[in-house]
Amino acid sequence: MKEPVDESRDEVVIHFAGDSGDGIQLTGGQFTETVELFGNDISTFPNFPAEIRAPIGTLAGVSGFQLKFGSVEVFTPGDRFDVLVVMNAAALKINLKNLKPGGIIIANTAGFDNKNLKLAKYIDGANPLIDHSLDNYQLHAIDITKMTREALKEFGLSVKEVDRCKNMFVLGYVYWMFSQTPDNTIKFIRNKFKKNTEIAEANIKALKTGYNFGDTNETFKTRFRIKAASLPKGKYRNINGNSALALALVAASHKNDLDLFYASYPITPASDILHELSRHKNFGVKTYQAEDEIAAACAAIGASFGGSLAVTGSSGPGIALKGEAIGLAVMLETPMVIINVQRGGPSTGLPTKTEQADLLQAVYGRNGEAPMPVLAASSPKDCFDVAYEACRIAVEHMTPVLVLSDGYVANGSEPWQFPESKDLKEFNIHRPKGDEFVDEQYLPYYRDENHVRPWVVPGMKGYTHRVGGLEKEEKTGNVSYDGNNHELMVKIRAEKIEKIADFIPQQEINRGETGADILILGWGSTFGAIETATKELIEEGLSVAHIHLKYLFPFPSNLGELLKSFDKVVVPEMNRGQLTKLIRDKFLIDAQSISKVKGLPFTVDEIKEQVLKFREYANQK
Amino acid sequence: MQTKNKSNGHGETLTAKDFATDQDVRWCPGCGDYSILKQIQTILPSIKVPRENIVFISGIGCSSRFPYYMNTYGMHSIHGRAGAIVSGLKAVNPELDIWMITGDGDSLSIGGNHLIHLLRRNFNLNIVLFNNQIYGLTKGQYSPTSPKGQISKSTPFGSVDRPFNPITLALGSEGTFVARAIDRNPVHMREILSAAHDHKGASFIEIYQNCNVFNDGAFEEFTDKSLKDQNTLYLENGKPLLFDNDSKGIILEGFKPVIVDMDSYSPDDCWIHDEEDKIKASILAEFFDYTEERGKLPRPFGVFYKNQRNTYEQVFQDQIDLYRSKREADLDSLLSGNNFWEVK
Repeated sequence: MKEPVDESRDEVVIHFAGDSGDGIQLTGGQFTETVELFGNDISTFPNFPAEIRAPIGTLAGVSGFQLKFGSVEVFTPGDRFDVLVVMNAAALKINLKNLKPGGIIIANTAGFDNKNLKLAKYIDGANPLIDHSLDNYQLHAIDITKMTREALKEFGLSVKEVDRCKNMFVLGYVYWMFSQTPDNTIKFIRNKFKKNTEIAEANIKALKTGYNFGDTNETFKTRFRIKAASLPKGKYRNINGNSALALALVAASHKNDLDLFYASYPITPASDILHELSRHKNFGVKTYQAEDEIAAACAAIGASFGGSLAVTGSSGPGIALKGEAIGLAVMLETPMVIINVQRGGPSTGLPTKTEQADLLQAVYGRNGEAPMPVLAASSPKDCFDVAYEACRIAVEHMTPVLVLSDGYVANGSEPWQFPESKDLKEFNIHRPKGDEFVDEQYLPYYRDENHVRPWVVPGMKGYTHRVGGLEKEEKTGNVSYDGNNHELMVKIRAEKIEKIADFIPQQEINRGETGADILILGWGSTFGAIETATKELIEEGLSVAHIHLKYLFPFPSNLGELLKSFDKVVVPEMNRGQLTKLIRDKFLIDAQSISKVKGLPFTVDEIKEQVLKFREYANQK
Repeated sequence: MQTKNKSNGHGETLTAKDFATDQDVRWCPGCGDYSILKQIQTILPSIKVPRENIVFISGIGCSSRFPYYMNTYGMHSIHGRAGAIVSGLKAVNPELDIWMITGDGDSLSIGGNHLIHLLRRNFNLNIVLFNNQIYGLTKGQYSPTSPKGQISKSTPFGSVDRPFNPITLALGSEGTFVARAIDRNPVHMREILSAAHDHKGASFIEIYQNCNVFNDGAFEEFTDKSLKDQNTLYLENGKPLLFDNDSKGIILEGFKPVIVDMDSYSPDDCWIHDEEDKIKASILAEFFDYTEERGKLPRPFGVFYKNQRNTYEQVFQDQIDLYRSKREADLDSLLSGNNFWEVK
């Protein structure tokens, strides 16, 4: 037997693709866990169709899971793949264009029969596996279905059950290819099918068969070795954005002795936050699946009035429905966190695809002058920090706070050096100090020097009072229709939010130097692509820098000064230039938009290419 | 909004006046709302709940100004959403004594969804729906309870909508306490309010309330001295259905209610009201539809239906308590998960 040649690489991009029922997400998830345990840095991107089970074999039904792992710091799931695993013809058809020249294709030949070729719209049933159209790639065409069926003959399972194991064959094969052990997945399978050992053993057999097939199959000339990354010392786990966000809410409530109340209505891609939180009842978490989006927001307002850490989560269409209630929270000045896991819009738009087009909705989308803080998460693990910080601001400044995530960070995952509970911040919860009385009357809108009123909760003796959505008189909170008072209150509410800028960190430069020729300014999930692009452009000799915003309203107080030190500011966003508008408006800077609205994240190359168009600024020096 | 901070209800005897605020009541003179405010302020001292544990939450509309006039905790919220707000409040704070104040537009139109789910979930709280069959605060449009043909600002040629029957809606939403009262019968209203408060579960009270500016006389047949006896039927549990000074009774022929002359029948022949019988409650609710053409039946007032069922907040809390007893809440192990690794 010919020994395969080991090839060492810094990083590799793999894309698994197949029907949405092929277990692609699970396969990708398992590969992720294994290489993480091995010590690689990794970034993942699951991409699935909106339909739960689109017709089998069709282009619309293709589900994908992309990941980049490496011995170096990994910021994105990668632009183009080194390895493409396809379970059928449709999966190849859709993804081939993103495979690097000379890249590896692992194809299940059973998914390339006449029926599948036709469904994938290959002209006249031309089979790419045999017509030499893939000659520029390394093709490994294997009848995975047949081999899995052979291997599991003795199990006496139905054909359907056996065929469900074929993703494990693929995974075993890929483990071999990347010199990884299948042990972790074996453990996972045993645990997952605790109650059905026969299914467990069948899956393990398929996994081992795939692994051994790689080991004994002569056709494979290369076996990759990716060394462990040199991540900072500490404890890590894998985390996706929605889970990180949910954990932050539990952590914020637990650390500060507040009850957590999370009200939500099912919506993609935010529902997983509800699912995750509903599992943690031992922390006293109250999850409430409301009758609609409005009810979820209003129940949260009720819970906030009742003294809980109140949160409602949704995606763009749901946030639109919550708008009036969020305005009420602004008016009441009650703490509350609203999470928007953004997806492609407008209307129902692209429910399973990612976009950043709700920024202006977040900042401005309410009637009247209704300012509130807006924060954005830049990566899966950053969802934890941002959600925790949002809870802090809500409670310490008595205001609703909006958190922007998106489908990309919500479903994507990466290693997370998780914090210890003792290192988490404690909140300064405002309770009445006793000076809020005039003639023994409690003044619910008596404020401190930061315009923050105390958080008084029904049940507290001696503080009964009424709040409402009508304009209120300063301090007393009595209904007031007086024009001068209204203007004063509008100003106070605005200043209260502006003052939050004094209680958040100064903006730092993520990469590059102050005064660079070109600043790439980003927010949210574009972080990885911008960071990688900036790194590469600097390596290529350009004077560029990257600033990534977490605080979108109010901006950090030094941001304007910082921005003005750069000759040119360019803003890549998965929208038509919404942050660009805010920056121009606030700082009178000629920021230029780099826009992409395809339901997919930016690739590093796309950002580099667009930034290079502003090279004239780089050449001035 | 401010509060006189003198008496807090602990060991003190409060009176109706203690529940009034310093705010001027701004309903139109002669409005039926005054009576409801007065009756609620009157019964509150007797319910023996500390003032700081009482919360009034309303939506938007004339009725929804109510919390401003109650010296308790309160929130005047947004149109239709009081039902959702009280749900969240009760879910996190089960010991509060919550009163939701709403109207026919607020809870049967824009907030309809919240009302039905509030009743279905059966939070232990009180829902007081002021039904005046008109939008008053927006100055006179027909409402979801306005009768067909109602002339209003938005229906100058008469409304073409069929009106809601709030009692039927409440029963259909699995309400566990469903009652009707009327502004002009304060004694009866207080009885119903007290019974509603005593009920453990979501208590729904529809109160007919005259809007003397935009819909004056909507309930005249139930309040006018010469008309009310023949048109109203006051329900009492375990008692026969008698009305018009006991001169008439109701018997059931199968499922059909029939009016009989008590000269020829004894009270024992009559339908005996059973609050816990939902089928009979449904028939009583349908009296609403027996107009002149169908053979007019009197309008019932009182408790149509009452039954005990687990409250949402109780089951909600029980589940949490169960899982708290089963698994320790260790934040560090939650943060680390089961599959963490260490980079050394």
